[in-house]
Amino acid sequence: MGRLAAMRLLANRFAFLSLLIASLALMVLGKADASLIERIRLTVVDAVSPVIEVVFRPASAIADGVNAMRDLATLRSENARLKEENARLMHWQTVARHLDSENRALRTQLNFIPDPDPSFITTRVIGDTGGAFVHSMLVNSGSRDGVRKGQAVLSGEVMVGRIAEVGGRSARVLLLTDINSHLPVMIEGSRARAILTGDNSDRPRLNYLAPNSGAAPGDRIITSGHGGVFPPGMPIGVVSSVQDGIIRVEPFVHRHQLEYVTVVEYGLPGILPPEPPAQGGEGSER
Amino acid sequence: MDHGVRNLLPVGMTLLLVLLSALPTHLPGFAGIFPMLALIGVYYWAIYRPDLLPASMAFCIGLAQDMVMGTPLGVASLVYLLVQSMTASQRKFFLGKPFLVAWSCFALMALAAVLLTWLLCSMLFDHLLPLGPVLFETLMTIAVYPLLSWLFGRTHSALLSGV
Repeated sequence: MGRLAAMRLLANRFAFLSLLIASLALMVLGKADASLIERIRLTVVDAVSPVIEVVFRPASAIADGVNAMRDLATLRSENARLKEENARLMHWQTVARHLDSENRALRTQLNFIPDPDPSFITTRVIGDTGGAFVHSMLVNSGSRDGVRKGQAVLSGEVMVGRIAEVGGRSARVLLLTDINSHLPVMIEGSRARAILTGDNSDRPRLNYLAPNSGAAPGDRIITSGHGGVFPPGMPIGVVSSVQDGIIRVEPFVHRHQLEYVTVVEYGLPGILPPEPPAQGGEGSER
Repeated sequence: MDHGVRNLLPVGMTLLLVLLSALPTHLPGFAGIFPMLALIGVYYWAIYRPDLLPASMAFCIGLAQDMVMGTPLGVASLVYLLVQSMTASQRKFFLGKPFLVAWSCFALMALAAVLLTWLLCSMLFDHLLPLGPVLFETLMTIAVYPLLSWLFGRTHSALLSGV
């Protein structure tokens, strides 16, 4: 009996040690061959995403109910605000139409080659994952729907992140605020270029800004299109604070507000290695 | 319920907690400090029924969490493996002790677990992650412990006591 117990203890120790080594090996492997780990990870996420959706349904029903109550309370003031906004937007629409026709006329005179028209897929956020360590989200479209690694992810017209990992029917969006996110941007007014770097806080930092081009709170930050991954001019946020040379940007859209996002393909090959285009994409053409 | 199915409850409930922590809450600021729910399951069952959630299962739960959450693979599996083995080796100390003892020890364990995760993630990302949200996450996890511990306790006495 004593020997049996000793044997069992030995077996337990051995199992513990091998699992310990396995975890360390996985970390090293993830560092050495990221694409292999990505593939394994998304296969599993693909399998559990229907489960997450089923669990998510009741939770979203409750959230919808609470939101409906809140909306009812603010209906009147919201309506007044929207009417006012509508009037202002109608004015802008006239201006935009005018500028558009003028722009088109000027472009034909210049032999301007336009950017390729983007195609897009609208998809639902099914998972907000990572807690304090990773700022990422799961969406319920994957390579079957034409989602590919590196595509821009927008909420409305605002940039929120990019596709980091793609599975068959789900994909992971790396948000701008994640520590691994680096995005070429510029300040809209001065056209000064910089890199927007996440640091897992709600307000990413603006790095590598040219020293004599000062940024002030309130400046709008847009994508610069450098690196050829994203088209230029997509809004991201505004400069919220400049302290001790650290410039922080308040994004227009926050993580908790994302419910539906748009995955956009701009036909820009960029710096990412080419991947074979997905077959049978359902993304509608604009 | 069948014995086999009942014996799967601790692992099943803890895996469900992994999925639960991936749900979008749509609450401002909450996503960055969402509690490590599965840690509570791993700790609780390591004290009361380590035979039903052994070290190997803690490893697998950690692996599942890494895959769903997007943290580097192996981080949560290592953390849960260590939490499970350390707690299970000291479990005799907890048995028969009041709830407050288990809770305070959990607080220490959660702090250690979160700090280890922070250290490993920082090393694997080559960047020091900010400590603020990480410490908030610890507090949230500690705050949720009584609720989940009660839930596990009810399951334990209702379904697993005779097993």
